[in-house]
Amino acid sequence: MTKSAASPRLAPDRLERLFDDAKPAYSYAEARIEAERCLNCHDAPCVRHCPTEIDIPKFIGQIASGNTRGAATTIFEQNMLGASCARVCPVEEMCVGACVYQGFNGQPIAIGRLQRHATDEACADERATGRRLFTPAAPIGRKVALIGGGPASLACAAHLALAGVQADIYERDSVPGGLNTTGVAPYKMKCESSLDEAAWLLSHGAHLMTGVAVGTDISFALLLDEYDAVFIGVGLAEVRTLEMDGPGVWTATDLIRAIKTEQGFALPPSVRRAVVIGGGNTAMDIARELAMLGVEKVTVAFRRREAEMSAYAHEWAGARSCGVVLRENLTPLAAVNRDGGLCAARFKETESGREIELACELLALAVGQEVGMQAMKAGVRQNANGTVWVDPATRRTSLSRVYAGGDCINGGREVVDAAADGRIAANAMLAEWSVEKGSG
Amino acid sequence: MADLRINFCGIESPNPYWLASGPPTNSGEQVMRAFDAGWGGAVWKTLGDPIINVNSRFGAMDIGGASIAGFTNIELITDRPLAVNFEEMAAVKKRYPDRALIASLMVESRSEWREIIHRSEDAGCDGIELNFGCPHGMCERGMGSAVGQEPRVLAEITSWAREFSSIPVLVKLTPNVGDILEPGLAAVGSGADGLSLINTIKSVIGVDLERMTPLPAVSGEGTHGGYCGPAVKPIALHMVGALSRDSRIAAPLSAIGGVTTWRDAAEFIALGAASIQVCTAVMHKGYRIIEDLVEGLSEFLDANGMASVSELSGRATPNFREWGDLDLNYRVVADIDADACIGCQLCYTACLDGAHQCIHINQARCHAWHGEPDHGQGVRAQVATPVEHKAPAQSDARVPWVDEAECIGCNLCELVCPVPGCITMREVSEDARSESWNERVGEAAL
Ligand SMILES: Cc1cc2nc3c(=O)[nH]c(=O)nc-3n(C[C@H](O)[C@H](O)[C@H](O)COP(=O)(O)OP(=O)(O)OC[C@H]3O[C@@H](n4cnc5c(N)ncnc54)[C@H](O)[C@@H]3O)c2cc1C
Ligand SMILES: Cc1cc2nc3c(=O)[nH]c(=O)nc-3n(C[C@H](O)[C@H](O)[C@H](O)COP(=O)(O)O)c2cc1C
Ligand code: SF4
Ligand code: SF4
Ligand code: SF4
Repeated sequence: MTKSAASPRLAPDRLERLFDDAKPAYSYAEARIEAERCLNCHDAPCVRHCPTEIDIPKFIGQIASGNTRGAATTIFEQNMLGASCARVCPVEEMCVGACVYQGFNGQPIAIGRLQRHATDEACADERATGRRLFTPAAPIGRKVALIGGGPASLACAAHLALAGVQADIYERDSVPGGLNTTGVAPYKMKCESSLDEAAWLLSHGAHLMTGVAVGTDISFALLLDEYDAVFIGVGLAEVRTLEMDGPGVWTATDLIRAIKTEQGFALPPSVRRAVVIGGGNTAMDIARELAMLGVEKVTVAFRRREAEMSAYAHEWAGARSCGVVLRENLTPLAAVNRDGGLCAARFKETESGREIELACELLALAVGQEVGMQAMKAGVRQNANGTVWVDPATRRTSLSRVYAGGDCINGGREVVDAAADGRIAANAMLAEWSVEKGSG
Repeated sequence: MADLRINFCGIESPNPYWLASGPPTNSGEQVMRAFDAGWGGAVWKTLGDPIINVNSRFGAMDIGGASIAGFTNIELITDRPLAVNFEEMAAVKKRYPDRALIASLMVESRSEWREIIHRSEDAGCDGIELNFGCPHGMCERGMGSAVGQEPRVLAEITSWAREFSSIPVLVKLTPNVGDILEPGLAAVGSGADGLSLINTIKSVIGVDLERMTPLPAVSGEGTHGGYCGPAVKPIALHMVGALSRDSRIAAPLSAIGGVTTWRDAAEFIALGAASIQVCTAVMHKGYRIIEDLVEGLSEFLDANGMASVSELSGRATPNFREWGDLDLNYRVVADIDADACIGCQLCYTACLDGAHQCIHINQARCHAWHGEPDHGQGVRAQVATPVEHKAPAQSDARVPWVDEAECIGCNLCELVCPVPGCITMREVSEDARSESWNERVGEAAL
C-alpha cells in the first residue's frame, strides 16, 4: 500500500502515445473567436443538458473577455473534473447537442474545447504563478473515506477537502482516475491528463491510498467505524465475458487498458484483422483504436440491427470514418483457433440460423460491465440490476452515513455523471453535518 | 448596369469612390495600384511642410469577434518632400487622366497657401481639399482642426484658396464641433465648391493596462488621436444629413467616415452625398474592396430601377427630420416568427431587463409589473406578485411570445435577435390621423 498526496506517474513507452487528439487544444485567439459566437442564451439549453449544470454562457463569456481564471472557476465550482470532462464528454449528446445553433446554422458552439481551454490555461497559470483558484477551508473536524479513486470519488473528495473535511481515498489500483485513466479512448484523453487532473484535485488536501482493495485489504465495516461517512465510488468492477477464450481473445476494457497504460505493449504483428463483439460505446472505442493503430480490417459484430446499437451516433460515425465496418444480427458462438493461434470468430446469423466465421487474429469482447459489490459486503440496498440504490437528491444510500456515486449507481454512464454525483454527495454530507451542528 | 459616373462640382470620376487622404494615398505607386484596382479618385495624403512622425501611431478597437471596429491614428501629414509628391501626382494624372486626383493641403500663411495651390494645379490636380480637420499634432500648430473649429479663420483661408485656385476647392470639415452647420456655412459662404466630411474624431482608443499607457503608446506615453472606421459612420451620417437638408448648403458633399461596404456608401448617398471617400476600410482590407463597392452599388441601383448614382443622391434627405416632426400616433409591435426562432430567448432577457417586460416564455414566472395601471411606476417599493402567463397553445417550448397590448414598439428585441427576420415590427396604427409634437404644441399655442 502506497500512501501519497501526489499522484503516481506512468512510464513513457506506451501505445497510446501514437494517438493524436481528435479535438486539439485551442490557442487563446481560436478560443476567443469561438467564444464570441456564443449568444449568451437565457435559461440556456446547453446548461440544462449538462449533468453538472455548469453555467456555460457565463464561462464562455469569461473566456471572451480574457478572464480565463474566472472561466475555470465557473466550471470547477460545478464540476471539479471539468478538465477531463472537456475532453471526454459526449458533448454531441449533451450541451453541444442542445445548443441553439443546432437549429440555426448547424454549427453549435464547441463547448468542450472551450472548457478545455479554460481549465488547461487556468491550471497552467496556477502552476506558473502559484496563485490557487481555490483555497481549502480550515479543518472542520470531519473525515470521510472514499472507496475507489475514479471520477466520482475524486470529485467528492475535492469538494470535501475544500470544505475542510479530511478525505481519504482507498484505491485498489496503482493509479487514480479509474476508467478516466485506464479506459477513455486515447484520441480523447491520454493518461497524463487524467493523472494531472487527479494530482490537481488531490492538491486541495485529499489523501490517496493506492493498492488497497476495500473488502479484501481492509473491511468496509472498519471504514464505517473510523469515518464520519463513507462514499462508494467503485464503478463497474466485473466484465461480463462470453464463453469465448484463448489466445488473441481480449475483453475490450483489458485491451484498452493495455494500450493506454502498459509499458512496451504492442499489438502482435500478425494482427491484420480484428473482430469486436458489441454495439455500445466501448465497442466503438476499441474498434476505432484498433483501426487507428493500423489493423487493416476491423469488423464490429453486433447481435441485433444497427438502429438498436446503444453506441452514440457520433461514436459510430467516428469509428466508421476510420474504416470500421459493421456486421449486424450475429450471435457470437466461439473463438476458432488454428496452430495455437486465433484465426476466426464463429457466429450464428440470427435470422437464417446459419453459422459463419469472420477471419481475425484478434477478438475483442465489448459486451458490457456490471456492478460487482459482493466482495465489499457493504450492506447497502441494491437495485434489481445490481446498481446501488441512492436517494436522487443526496446520493445517500440505504445506510445513513454511506453515500455512492458514479457508474456503480447508474450502471455505467459518463464521467460527468460521476462528477455530478461526487459534488451532490459532498454537499449532502456537509448539509447533514451543519444541521446536526445546528440542532446540537 | 447603372451609370456610376459622377461630376462633383466639376471634378469628374468614373465612380463615386475616392480614396480619402491618408496612408493609402501616400505615394504615386500606391495610387496607381489603387486606380488599377478600380478606384474612381484619390485625395492625396495631405501636403504641407513635411513633418516627423512618431512610433507607434495606430490603434484599434475590436468589438466581439470583429477587429478594427474603430481605428485611431496619431500620424501627421506627409513626411515626404513636397517635390517628390508633386512629381508623383503629375505622373499619376498623366497615366490615369480619367480619374479624379485631388490634393489635400495644409499650410499656414497666405503666401504658403498660394504657392502650394499653384504647385497642385501645375501637377495636374482636378481639385484641392483644404484639410481643416486633423485633430492631433497639427492643430497644436494652429492648423487642421484648429482652423476647422474657428469659422472665422476657416472662412478666411477658404477665401484665400478660392482666390488663388482655378480648380474646385473642397473644404474638409472636422466633426470636433458642436454644430457642423457652423463650419459648413462658413466654408460655402467663403467660396468652397464642395465639402468633405468627416475627418477624424478626437479620441483615446484604449489604455494598455500593463504599461498603464493610453494607446497608441509612444515609449510609455500616449496622446489623443483621430478616431475613424466603421464605428464613426453614424456620426458621419448625421453630419452629412444635417448639411444636406439645409437649403443654404448647395455645394456637393463628399462623405467620409466608416464606409466599408457598398451599403454604407448607398446610405451616405441617399442622405445627400455626391461622392464617397474611404480610408480605414482600405487600410484594413486593401484596395480590392473597390470591386464589391462598385458592383454592389451598381447592383443595388439596378434592382431599384435607378439609372445613375445621382438618382439615389439625397433620396432619404427629405425624410431626415427633427424629432418634433415625427408622428406620435404611429405604432408597431413585435412579431416573432416561431418557425424561424431558435429559442435563445435573448429577446426575452432584453425586453425584461432593457425594455418593457412584455415578452414571455414558458416555465418562467414573469416578474414584470403587470396589472398596475401605470405598469408599476408608482409602486416600486412594493414587491410585485409574479404573474403566470399562459402560453399560446401552438407555442414551441422555447419560443417566446409578445404581449402585444404591453409592447411599446421599441424594437430592442428585433435588434438582439440573432436570426435575421425572425422578429419583425408589425404596424398597428390604431389612429390613422398623424400628429407630431410640433403640431401638438403648435395647436396648444393657438
Ligand atoms: C472503454 C471505456 C470508455 C469510456 N469512455 C468514456 C468517454 O469517452 N466519456 C465519458 O464520459 N465516459 C466514458 N466512459 C465511462 C467513464 O469512464 C465512467 O463513467 C467513469 O469513469 C465512472 O467513474 P467512477 O468513479 O464511477 O468509476 P471508475 O472510473 O470505474 O472508477 C472506479 C475506481 O474504483 C476502484 N475500485 C473498484 N473497486 C474497488 C475496491 N473494492 N476497493 C478500492 N478501489 C476499488 C477501481 O479500481 C477504479 O479505479 C468510458 C468507459 C469505458 C469502460
Ligand atoms: C492613419 C490615418 C491617417 C490619416 N491622415 C489624414 C490626412 O493626412 N489628411 C486628412 O485629411 N485626413 C487624414 N485621415 C482621415 C481620413 O482621411 C478620413 O477622414 C477618416 O479616417 C474617416 O474615414 P474612414 O472611416 O474611412 O477611415 C487619416 C486617417 C487615418 C486612419
Ligand atoms: S446554447 Fe449555445 S449559444 Fe446558447 S448559451 Fe449555450 S453554448 Fe451559447
Ligand atoms: S431572440 Fe429571436 S431566436 Fe432568440 S428566442 Fe427571441 S425570437 Fe427566438
Ligand atoms: S418592441 Fe420593445 S417592448 Fe415590444 S416586445 Fe420588443 S423589446 Fe419589448
